[in-house]
Amino acid sequence: MSDILRLTNVSKEYPRSGTALRDISFEMRKGEFVFLVGHSGAGKSTLLKLLSMAERPTMGELRISGFSSLSIKPREIPILRRRLGIVFQDFRLLSDRTAEQNVAFALEVTGAPQAQIRHKVARLLTQVGLDSKATAFPHELSGGEQQRVAIARALANDPFVLLADEPTGNLDDRAKHAIFLLLREINAQGTAVLMATHDVAMITRSNLRFLELDHGALVHDGTDAARLLADMRGRR
Amino acid sequence: MRLALREVYLTFTRAPLMAMLGVTTIAFSLFAFGLFGLVAINIKSALLEIEDRVEIRAFLIDGAKDAQVEELMQGIKKIPQVADVGYVSPDSALQRARVELEEFRDVMDAAMLPGSVELRLKEGARDPETVQMISRRLQTYPVVEEVRYGREWVEKLYRIRNIAGITGTVLGSVFALVAIIIIGSTIRMAILARAEEIEIMRLVGATNHFVRLPYLIDGTLKGLAGGAIAAALAWTAVQLVSKHLMAAQFFAAEQVMLGIAAGGVLGLVGSWLSVGRHLRRAWRDA
Repeated sequence: MSDILRLTNVSKEYPRSGTALRDISFEMRKGEFVFLVGHSGAGKSTLLKLLSMAERPTMGELRISGFSSLSIKPREIPILRRRLGIVFQDFRLLSDRTAEQNVAFALEVTGAPQAQIRHKVARLLTQVGLDSKATAFPHELSGGEQQRVAIARALANDPFVLLADEPTGNLDDRAKHAIFLLLREINAQGTAVLMATHDVAMITRSNLRFLELDHGALVHDGTDAARLLADMRGRR
Repeated sequence: MRLALREVYLTFTRAPLMAMLGVTTIAFSLFAFGLFGLVAINIKSALLEIEDRVEIRAFLIDGAKDAQVEELMQGIKKIPQVADVGYVSPDSALQRARVELEEFRDVMDAAMLPGSVELRLKEGARDPETVQMISRRLQTYPVVEEVRYGREWVEKLYRIRNIAGITGTVLGSVFALVAIIIIGSTIRMAILARAEEIEIMRLVGATNHFVRLPYLIDGTLKGLAGGAIAAALAWTAVQLVSKHLMAAQFFAAEQVMLGIAAGGVLGLVGSWLSVGRHLRRAWRDA
């Protein structure tokens, strides 16, 4: 059993907007890099919310890091979150704190000792290539740099999987590529990555496994990028 | 805990104006409530003082016998609402009259003045009905010739008291409600300003307790500070009134403590409610 997360017939319905996900099943192995692709509204963000247990499936079961969506208790959710790294399109940094304070924040909530936090924050910022900008505030950083800070924060608690919700969506092509390379590097060091994107070119170039969502259904799970191109064109 | 205190400190240093605004609003709403309380306690003590003078006087027939007077006295002592009762003999009535009405001292002699029985009622039994009931009861004794009490006066006093009591309760509740609403929204504003921070804290795995603690401390401190300022303002107001208008009472020390503590509790409850709202919400849509 090297699955780190497994979805079995997961559906999610909202009382107002209807079905967001229907009958999704897949698993992810330790250290794997998987894309999650689909048009906006296809259910990518909903799926990521379920994975972080911000919401529960309406039907089916989701298992992640030993927790099941059927039995997890509210007070266990913070414990799960510390084993996940979450990255967003809009970075979600605290604007009134420096880069290093933003990263340190993720460690402080776990009650880690200060000396250890300082050491680790320095290491994380070096890892994402921002050691020279540790004391900069988010507004002093470019979009790509802000996303690096957000990634450093996501890595702070040594997650086994990084959930990235369109992490390159707000970035220009160069920064986009650099962030993708950074995520690949992190993946190479053993952290699994699930990256939601609608950047088809990135997927076709990389030849990695991707999950394609369409109107809440999982329509493809594999590496057949040619098919993806056809699908995306066909549905446009 | 240390981290929570740091967060509280950060909130203050980052948005001192906001924090001051919060404290000031709490202070003023508590102050309004406090002023009202002051008016209420002052009216109450004034009324108590006046009420204390409510008394019933039963004049006795001429030549009342000692036994009859004794019987009357015993009867009165059995009435539960009576606080104390005293017999004024014709002689002592004359003494009293001579002192009080000096200019007539020579024309008065004992035969002119009847003996009487004076009684005072217990607190809470000075309403018009009780006064009337007791005076009717006194009239049943043959030795009693006439019963007097300030009938109109008692009724008027009682009406004032009722009006004061009702307005007190109504205005007091309104002020308390306003104070709670203002404090709640002040804290909610502060939390809305930090909604993003709360959300991020939760994303990186902060427990609800960890998220909540700084806000609870913050709310409580602001409430206490607001309460203290309100108490100081109220005290100043009382001093001013006493100096320029009339002697006014201030709250007892325990009441002041209670008021400040109430500020703290309001702050605590307000922040608990407001932060709880955010803790229940799932993360916002990307």
